[in-house]
Amino acid sequence: MAEIKMPEPELPSASRRGFIKGVIAAGAVASSSAYLFRSTSLLGQPSAPGAVERLITLNVNGQDRRVDVMPQETLAMTIRYKLGLTGTKIGCDRAECGACTVLIDDVPHYSCSFLTQRARGRKIVTIEGLADPATGKLSAVQQGVVDEQGFQCAFCMPGFVMAATGYLKTNSNPSRQELAHGISGNLCRCQDYDKILTAMMRGAEYMRKG
Amino acid sequence: MAALKLVGRNYTTPDLVAKVTGQAKYAEDFRVDGMLFARLLLSPMPHARVKKLNLSAALAMPGVKAIITADDIPAPAATVTDLGQTIQANMKGERALTSEPMYQGEPILAVAAVDELTAIEAIEKIEIDWEPLPFSVDPIDSLRPGRPTARLEGNVWVRPPAKPGTPPPPPEVQNLKWTEEELADARDGRLPMGKVPDQWTYGDLDAGFKNAALVLDETFVTPNTSHQTLESRTAMAYWQNGKLFLHCSTQSTVQTVASVARWLHMDPNDVVIISQYTGGGFGSKATGTHTSIIPALLAKKANAPVMMRISREEEHYIGGARPSLHGRMKVGFAKDGQITAIDMFVVGENGPYEPQGDTAQSGRIVSLLYQPQAMRWRGVSVLTNTPPRRAQSQPGGLQGIMLMEPLLSKAARKLALDQVAIRRMNAPEGKAQFGPASPQGTRAHATSSFMKQALDRGRDLFKWDERKAASGKRQGAKVRGVGVAMSTFVAGSVGFDGLFVIKPDGRLYIQSGIGNLGTESVSDVHRVSAEMVGVPWEKCELTWGHTGRNLPWSCVSGGSQTTHAHTRAAHAAATDAIKKLQQIAAKDLGGRPEDYEVANERVFRKGGGAGITLAQAAKRAIELGGIFDGHELPKEINAFTKRSATALAGQGLMGVARDSYKHDGATHSFVAGFAEVEVDVETGKYQIVDYLAVADVGTVVHPNALGGQVLGRSMLGIGHAIGQKWVYDQHYGVPLAKRFHYNKPPTILDAPRKMAWEALDIPDPETPVGARGIGEPPVAAGCCAILNALADALGDEIFRRAPVMTDEILTALETGRPTQDPLTAHV
Repeated sequence: MAEIKMPEPELPSASRRGFIKGVIAAGAVASSSAYLFRSTSLLGQPSAPGAVERLITLNVNGQDRRVDVMPQETLAMTIRYKLGLTGTKIGCDRAECGACTVLIDDVPHYSCSFLTQRARGRKIVTIEGLADPATGKLSAVQQGVVDEQGFQCAFCMPGFVMAATGYLKTNSNPSRQELAHGISGNLCRCQDYDKILTAMMRGAEYMRKG
Repeated sequence: MAALKLVGRNYTTPDLVAKVTGQAKYAEDFRVDGMLFARLLLSPMPHARVKKLNLSAALAMPGVKAIITADDIPAPAATVTDLGQTIQANMKGERALTSEPMYQGEPILAVAAVDELTAIEAIEKIEIDWEPLPFSVDPIDSLRPGRPTARLEGNVWVRPPAKPGTPPPPPEVQNLKWTEEELADARDGRLPMGKVPDQWTYGDLDAGFKNAALVLDETFVTPNTSHQTLESRTAMAYWQNGKLFLHCSTQSTVQTVASVARWLHMDPNDVVIISQYTGGGFGSKATGTHTSIIPALLAKKANAPVMMRISREEEHYIGGARPSLHGRMKVGFAKDGQITAIDMFVVGENGPYEPQGDTAQSGRIVSLLYQPQAMRWRGVSVLTNTPPRRAQSQPGGLQGIMLMEPLLSKAARKLALDQVAIRRMNAPEGKAQFGPASPQGTRAHATSSFMKQALDRGRDLFKWDERKAASGKRQGAKVRGVGVAMSTFVAGSVGFDGLFVIKPDGRLYIQSGIGNLGTESVSDVHRVSAEMVGVPWEKCELTWGHTGRNLPWSCVSGGSQTTHAHTRAAHAAATDAIKKLQQIAAKDLGGRPEDYEVANERVFRKGGGAGITLAQAAKRAIELGGIFDGHELPKEINAFTKRSATALAGQGLMGVARDSYKHDGATHSFVAGFAEVEVDVETGKYQIVDYLAVADVGTVVHPNALGGQVLGRSMLGIGHAIGQKWVYDQHYGVPLAKRFHYNKPPTILDAPRKMAWEALDIPDPETPVGARGIGEPPVAAGCCAILNALADALGDEIFRRAPVMTDEILTALETGRPTQDPLTAHV
């Protein structure tokens, strides 16, 4: 995996507030995206020297999106709360459950543990980007889920679907055991694992048929 | 019903495409202009008192909009049930915030700010002067003389006797201590049996033991397990014109209105619950969550919408857990395996708040499932300073069956009996009786039980006899074992309402007050209505998940109630609509109403002939008004339904009714679980090779959803057998296994390599559609089939508590006896 070299932010002082003030670039942030981010009251401050560029371009679901990103911000936060793509779920925020899995250059990643700044110049696909944008036709894995009535509460579903989609790009004809390994970084608490695997296998079959 | 087109068939549920495309909105996915963000301050100690609180530095921060503490939380209020009965509030019950935390991680106060970072920073600026208090994180330890109790006033709930003619008083906390003499058994690793507040008995226990050919006396400990729903209990709230709009994570939609109104001392008419999708509940979000009122109160104080996200760690603390049971079972068997007597003694770990029903339920379920000729149950639920316990799938049933199943397997080995045969012999049948006799001398009974048929079917499908022959034989380091287990639980309630409108466009508009937590009962049950009024599913529109949208009074989506309760309500509403359609046809086309039938989107003369479409009938219903379009409503429907139906009146032909069908017995479902495991005796690691569950759940309504419930809840049980538990630092009273990584919920690789399910599909005779619920009984079947298979592979002297981990297998094999500490909690 290619590493994107990032300038190291200089900490102007030990104070978190000062640090954040320093790195905030000009631009408006809607209050609704203020989950972990400082909101409008602190905007309009001049950038400190050596600060990381905040306004970056991300390629998400085939579209270039301009977005204001802090250096310590995770991709899950950016996707959900700045780009409004709430299909990506946060189940643990600590790389344990996989609910936040997205594809970055076709490889499944836990977006809760991936810094947004590192995603610059890379192709990000979320659950919202799998269906054909023109026709709405579901992807093979999505169709497999629909046809098998896979999953129960489905909070884990976007993560599983993204993990399976990524895995099947490397092995399009897996055994049940292989596919289970391929998606074993994802937790389901309804634990209907058997039907999940059946749905994913059905998706693999559809993928092979094209 | 004639040949069924919808009931019993698979279909694509109306929520599925939204889920798979990421469009489905869970509580955390909503946003409102000007929304603030809340964070919680949690107790660092297992038991303490806030002596002094200084909020000034936090309140002075720019961006901090409001802070609430325990003083802002309304006092617990009495509950008035659907039947008008008042249940007095327990003033020592759980509240959203507290100034005397009863466990580490309990919320003390909440801050709303312009963003989460500001709220977190404000919390760091809050000064609290704590007074640490004595604590207990071990129920048996708490019963020892001189040892601390969870509350200053004691360690057990005791219910004072009710005065005649007055509602039952709330329970009181008392101090229960056992004498050193009573505690003596603990030295040998056996559960001591001191005084307990609750007991019941039936039959002649002494005679039962006297006539027994084999008497076993076993101690077993079941684990505490957090629910760990993947969606934490996040909530977002705002107020408009005095009405509260709450986006929350709840198992039930309509039933959450009442609990939120009670927690906030509000008129239920002013509470709107929005929850179209919920990310799992397993009992922990039955009628919403206490903490969901925090953003509501902050929103009122700050005069702005407030979102409160709950982190995974916070969810571990406040999300709830299944109480463990320490159990001791003395069971007598006749030579042929018949159970002659059961003497059951349980100590439940209650957590710090409301008395948990698991201890009592464990006795009732054991009594139903094993049909002993005589039985005594004794139990106590002991308070501890650990996170609050809440009902978890098959509450009490799982634990009771876990105490019994390994013992039953041991008995079969000692008596040289087949494991399926000994269960079949003792299994309930038909209207099997259970529990103690009422003051009138009668015992409760099940509506129906086909447990024996489930065992028979499983025996064939699993090829039990073939596999049994190979079981227990070592091949290199590997040894295989097979296990079978029975299970049962309550599976349905009665008396709820159905509501729909057939509009002049010919479509059926169905109102569903059921929660959507993934079981799909939210839509499945309504296929009964569509089937009966002859409307294809494609022409049905389902409204659910928003109590501002005219939903009928519906059951709690928990305790396996829904499929039973709401196939009944759907049947009642459809029956009402059919009657109205027949009356309209008779009015317009002549003859008597009963000359007409309803099918294929028409009402027409029986045997063919004149008729009108449902679309035409809907138009006529509006013209006729009165009962036909909902302007006149049946008296017996719930007030909640009445409001909804009134709002929908005049739009078409209304089907609206309360389920008042006869119902003899207590509805229970049954599952037989079969498992094969392969254990590596050199590493202690084991793999579940195969698992089969055969379900007796009455008529099958939606096979794919049923299969998901049967195998999903089996996995929940399997987690209790193979790895899920709490670990505590006993000295400081704090939990160590707070995250998935440490408390090990099963992953897809822990799932049996092969899993299958089967349903008997025998209708329950006490409900018109024949369907019962299924959420609970697979749990113990899954858990205990695995435990029994492990004992079959390795022998009876390996484990005496669950889960069974690799190290326990290895050390027990090495020493030839179970080596685990038998009684200490959370090890």
